[in-house]
Amino acid sequence: MYDIIIVGAGVNGCFIARTLAKYKLNILVIEKESDVGDGTSAANSAIVHSGYDPHTGTLKAELNVLGNKMYPEICKELDVSFKMNGSLTISTNEEEDKKLDELLALGKANGAEVRIVDRDELLKMEPFVTKKALRALYAPTAGIINPFELCVALMENAMDNGVSLHLNEKVLKVEKKDDFIVKTDKGEYSAKVVINCAGLYGDDVSNSLLDEKIKLVPRKGEYYLLDHFNEPYVTHTLFSVPSSKGKGVLVAPTTSGNYLVGPSSNFIDDKDDVSTNNEILTDVVKEAYRIVDNIPMQYVITEFAGLRAYHESNDFVINEKLKGFINVIGMQSPGLASAPATASKVASMVARDIELVEREDYNPIRRPYIRLKYKSNEEKNKMIKENPLFGKIICRCEEVSEGEIIDAIHRNCGATTVKGLKKRLRTGFGKCQGGFCQSLILKILARELNKDMKDITLKGEASYILLKETKGE
Amino acid sequence: MEKNYEALYDIVVIGGGSAGLAAAISSYDSGIKNVLLLEKEAYLGGILNQCVHNGFGLHTFKEELTGPEYAERFIDELKKRDIEVRLEATVLEITKDKEIEYSDTLGYHKIKAKAIICACGCSERTRGQIRTPGDRCSGVMTAGLAQRYLNVEGYLVGKKVFILGSGDIGLIMARRMTLEGAKVLGVAELMPYSNGLNRNIVQCLNDFNIPLYLSHTVKRIIGKNRLEKIVICEVDDKLNFVPRTDKEFEVDTLLLSVGLIPYNPLLEKIGVAMHPKTRGPLVDSDYQTSIPGIFACGNGLHVHDLVDFVTNESKKVGECAAKYVLENGFDASKVLTVTPLNGIGYILPGKVYLKDEGTIKFNFRVNKPFKDVSIIAKLNGEEIKRTKKPYLLPAEMVEYILDMKLLKEGELTLEVSND
Repeated sequence: MYDIIIVGAGVNGCFIARTLAKYKLNILVIEKESDVGDGTSAANSAIVHSGYDPHTGTLKAELNVLGNKMYPEICKELDVSFKMNGSLTISTNEEEDKKLDELLALGKANGAEVRIVDRDELLKMEPFVTKKALRALYAPTAGIINPFELCVALMENAMDNGVSLHLNEKVLKVEKKDDFIVKTDKGEYSAKVVINCAGLYGDDVSNSLLDEKIKLVPRKGEYYLLDHFNEPYVTHTLFSVPSSKGKGVLVAPTTSGNYLVGPSSNFIDDKDDVSTNNEILTDVVKEAYRIVDNIPMQYVITEFAGLRAYHESNDFVINEKLKGFINVIGMQSPGLASAPATASKVASMVARDIELVEREDYNPIRRPYIRLKYKSNEEKNKMIKENPLFGKIICRCEEVSEGEIIDAIHRNCGATTVKGLKKRLRTGFGKCQGGFCQSLILKILARELNKDMKDITLKGEASYILLKETKGE
Repeated sequence: MEKNYEALYDIVVIGGGSAGLAAAISSYDSGIKNVLLLEKEAYLGGILNQCVHNGFGLHTFKEELTGPEYAERFIDELKKRDIEVRLEATVLEITKDKEIEYSDTLGYHKIKAKAIICACGCSERTRGQIRTPGDRCSGVMTAGLAQRYLNVEGYLVGKKVFILGSGDIGLIMARRMTLEGAKVLGVAELMPYSNGLNRNIVQCLNDFNIPLYLSHTVKRIIGKNRLEKIVICEVDDKLNFVPRTDKEFEVDTLLLSVGLIPYNPLLEKIGVAMHPKTRGPLVDSDYQTSIPGIFACGNGLHVHDLVDFVTNESKKVGECAAKYVLENGFDASKVLTVTPLNGIGYILPGKVYLKDEGTIKFNFRVNKPFKDVSIIAKLNGEEIKRTKKPYLLPAEMVEYILDMKLLKEGELTLEVSND
């Protein structure tokens, strides 16, 4: 019997788990994928929006502005890469320029910090913006974050404080008896409160219990990811103004020094379809050229697509239609930026259902990941003397040692797959995309998890990498 | 000046593959007794270790060796000399002053060299770089990685295979995987001609009845978890998909053999001038990069067809670096720049320091296949040499030798002419 079961370990499930871990509760998180934050949370713009563009009065507007303010401290506690780099929404013609004033008014009404910068100031702030730029809406509190690290860190910290996590387990339905019964493909659990953070499948989970049916539609966004490179490039998050010409895209740095160009936005049918499409990506680049004059496409290392769960209200759906069953769905953009505030809101809803008593031993601090790359030569040397495996570089594109990899495996919410390690440490994220290091990584994962190399997968389930052993047969 | 490094070497060679081994040996033999070789893996030989097929060394040893055998010959030679070797030692930084930071299981080290030879090899072009659309499933990997899994780790990556790109590693893997019991359904090549050596087309595809689809590419990758299917289609002369030419293949593996790119983050980080075509550093006739005393050779400089060519070049680079150390630099008073014109994709070196005698060897690749043509060399606009060639292929590097006596300061151009 659990006090709380959270369905889904995306950024919202993870945030809620970590927020509720403060209290004396028995919490289980159930996730169908092989890792936390593998769905929408793994493939997005990685932006902590300031909150200037949702319509005033919506949950999106309220939670975005609040969430934005909460991030700096949380990222410090959890050692998650976060940078308040500021966003610039750029107008390049009269129509867009008019829209900029509307956005300014909206931002002020939402309580977001915004101001207009003229062309001269804009070009000084961001020399890589298009020379056609007229003005921009500047949101200094907008930030960039590493969403992979965020989900992992939240869940690790939640688990450090007693939360249980079941991966590779799919919730099939929720029933209401005296308590709630959560049925999965592996078993049955009862709980006093169920929180539905099942992302794109949140409608299925909700519909399995409630009479009032809802529908979530996947909306796909496709991106190009550029490698880090030595020449200077954009430092702010640059948005184009949504206009009759297009819905707007961004060109933005990431916390790891890469750059994102995207996304597209298209409704699709298949909730698992994260395939990319050439024509769409070509349009994305065309869109992006509205706000910059140069996109160094020679540095593209990969393209990817992510899905957002769209609800017809075009707002977040956070409700408790049946006491003890809380929906947190339709969390499309700015879902990431809003997530800390969403979790607080959900915690206050839970407090009406069960008594929340704070734990005396709650620890909000997560032990930082070991990253030698960012340490001084003396520190590196000292750490290698203590553990020689810190000196053995496995991923040379991103400079990751065997010691760091082992640490990322043997933690709460540790890595179990190739993609899991990539998300945590960036192994295989660089120029060679794992060409040099993947075999070494498979070997380390197999050894540390006490498995055969062929049982180590890319991202769980049937995503095997090696078919069979040839030697000795 | 305060000495803030552990040790000073005359020459530090980065990379212990075929290039680094040859360069270290030849710099030692050229009179440098203080040579350090740094290798990131636990063993020397580099990529040769996973190339278990034979065909290596025909030029160097007049016999056919496997990759590991070829490497062994050089490792044995290296061991006969007093050359210091560090294994599992990854270089993380070099500076313009030729300081080197590397990491190994003993610590984080900072050393200094009078000359550095970068022999860091190349990486394979990836799916991201050729932007193949579709799902992000497992079962799509570079041919070299599949080769490592098979030949070093002893694992087969799949049983129904398609190969994109007719690069040599892909062709070799088509045969290798067939011999291991996998079914290779075909090879698609974007260009209207193969990018691999002719002998590999014959011995690896034709001998096993594996079809080669020229002017074809992979249009879509399908598979939720593991690869399930690919769609290939024809491309026109502008490399655009031709409608209604789709062919589907149910495969669990797609190997990419779509080119190799010199791997030089160390050089790029310190602003060494790079060659837009080779993607390796620009070098002069002494194989020196734009930073004095930093040299490059092997597939880290430009991608070679045969390891024998890597060995030859690297031997020469070892000698140049030794000369640089012993003579405190080069005579750079008379300079000739070299420009590729019609038909030539790239030419190395791009800058020649003229000497009074001897010859200078250029390497170039054509940018498309040619038949019955001449190569014309012009010095400051005037033809100085014309060489007939029955055929020229992009997959085969051309060695082109000119007598120093023919050359003087100015610009040398090379072009292909249909006569």
